[in-house]
Amino acid sequence: MKAVVLGGTAGIGRAVAQRLATRGDRVFLLGRNADDLERSAADLTARHPHQERAGWALCDLDDPVSFGAALDAADRALAQFDAVIVTAAMFATQDALESDPELTRRLTTTNFANTVTFCEHARTRLLARGGGWLTVVSSVAGDRGRKPVGIYGASKAGVSAYLEALDHKYRASGLWALCVKPGFVKTAMTAGLKPPPFAGEPDGVARDIVHAMDRKRPLIYTPGIWRLVMLVIKHLPRVVMRKIEF
Amino acid sequence: MDTLTGWGRLPELGREQVDEHFESLTQGAVLSRGLGRSYGDSSLPANPADKVVNSRLANRIISFDSDTGVLRAEAGLSLVELVDLLLPRGWFPPVVPGTKFVTLGGMVASDVHGKNHHRQGCFGAHVRALRLRLADDRIIECSSDSDADLFFGSIGGMGLLGHILEVEFTMVRVPSQWIWMASVRVPDLDAFLAGLVRTAPKWPMTMGWIDCVHRGRAMGRGVLMAGRWATLEEARPQAPTPPRQTVMPVELPNWVLSGATSGLFNAAYYWSHVRRSVTGTIAPDPFFFPLDAILEWNKAYGSRGFTQYQCVVPRASGPAAVREFMERLTKLGAASPLCVIKDCGPQGMGTLSFPLEGTSIAVDIPVSAEIQRIVDGLNEFIIATGGRIYLTKDRFTTAEHFRAMEPRLERFEQARAKWDPARRLRSAQSRRLFGDKA
Repeated sequence: MKAVVLGGTAGIGRAVAQRLATRGDRVFLLGRNADDLERSAADLTARHPHQERAGWALCDLDDPVSFGAALDAADRALAQFDAVIVTAAMFATQDALESDPELTRRLTTTNFANTVTFCEHARTRLLARGGGWLTVVSSVAGDRGRKPVGIYGASKAGVSAYLEALDHKYRASGLWALCVKPGFVKTAMTAGLKPPPFAGEPDGVARDIVHAMDRKRPLIYTPGIWRLVMLVIKHLPRVVMRKIEF
Repeated sequence: MDTLTGWGRLPELGREQVDEHFESLTQGAVLSRGLGRSYGDSSLPANPADKVVNSRLANRIISFDSDTGVLRAEAGLSLVELVDLLLPRGWFPPVVPGTKFVTLGGMVASDVHGKNHHRQGCFGAHVRALRLRLADDRIIECSSDSDADLFFGSIGGMGLLGHILEVEFTMVRVPSQWIWMASVRVPDLDAFLAGLVRTAPKWPMTMGWIDCVHRGRAMGRGVLMAGRWATLEEARPQAPTPPRQTVMPVELPNWVLSGATSGLFNAAYYWSHVRRSVTGTIAPDPFFFPLDAILEWNKAYGSRGFTQYQCVVPRASGPAAVREFMERLTKLGAASPLCVIKDCGPQGMGTLSFPLEGTSIAVDIPVSAEIQRIVDGLNEFIIATGGRIYLTKDRFTTAEHFRAMEPRLERFEQARAKWDPARRLRSAQSRRLFGDKA
């Protein structure tokens, strides 16, 4: 695999980059802070000295103008990538979002409109070379409109729907679109929150993601128990959803 | 309200922030912590509102020179990760403590020592440079040549002079991934202390476990261990398998680790060493980090929590002082299931580093209504011998006792007055021992 990771300097993205590098795949990092990218690339190189040095380019999910150039830089460095992995996203609590319309606009734009735009840049490049992997971290929060993650969940629901459609339309052309739905994962993004039962660690989630990519799966829940949890939640009647706080 | 705890599980009110971008996170922070393995209150806030930051996600390796072994990494890199990564390539940290669940930043702040202290000194002796966030939010690089007072003050300084952001130190080459170990059953304390002294010149790594529950002749009997890296011929052909780890599933009731059961445990451990002496290869994990095999073993002490009392009795006070310490320990009723003993080499350069030439003794003591009396009693004795305690383990020493056992305190306070005159960086421990404001 020759993989581009948007968000590969932290959390799940960093764990995926480490996993891929460990098994010999080449990795190219995209992010918005040059110092951070340089350090993360140096770290990959120090940990995997037999690999070619990991490259990086600036790419800000808030700035769609940067998308094409960043993917072109990755293409040059990897001599045509065959996998694009998006783990970058914004998170804010429902309380914060409800009290700040501008934050809501930014979060929904970044997580939905800009993420889909970035994926479209990746999709056209991958299809032009006969296909490959397009993996995006969505969330279980998108599976059902829920009180504590209403706005964030809506932005992720859009991403999940987009990825499902990609799978339907382009699988026959060799594009393996993978929608990753993590439950709660203990990363810096969620550090201020109290972990619920079945909270996952970034490395375990990364293992599941790489495994699902290898098997060309269109959808995974990780940790796996969340498939069952969400199955139940998806079938709860509205009268119940209105009562509970989950 | 949230609480934070050290390894001894006694909580303080407060909460921590964690982020990969530790360097920016430390802006305005008063205390940083890592994996929370210091036993007492050195990584707990002085005030619930203090900004406490956790380095554990900042664990990138910045550079590693495979010719010289010089490694530079962010402070949150853990020893477990470092060993997993570099032992297969023939490198090992110069000094490791008794657990691998520590960060580089913590290893510097505590200036950890290990089984090779008599040869290699503390971890700080192998540190070349530190990158620190100071109390005034400046970021500074220091070493023995540049701002030496800050550098040596930070080695063993419990993070009170600056937040440790990056550590540069030298790894050592090892001939194999295995340890050649010899262990001997020793019948009493005098034989034990003589054994430690006799073994030290011959072996780069030594330590022992002694029975500190039984009185009389059996007091101080134990198992003396010595080791070195195995040569390629001695080493087993395969790499060591990753250690099996079980998690202590529940908090045990408080009575489980009591005086009586500690006595049974001590006797069982002693007699389980069936043959008088054993030699052979052993994997590094059970040799260096035996207790890491049970994750969260601190729950064995139950809800009351526990402390570890670790002190060093100077060599000049002689074996009689060690014997007297053990007697005082049993008299005070501080029965410990595990008592670790090690002879230390000369004092290092860290301004407040723990070890000095003599015998280090570490015992676990469950917290009870008697704990203050026990720790005070032991401290009075240690002060009289000219010894000192290990801040990383401490929760109960009084400011008066600390001052009495620490002639180097003035130098440390001078450095603090220079780099953090307002004493903005602080912890629950510095509030207790240095009189910092809450």
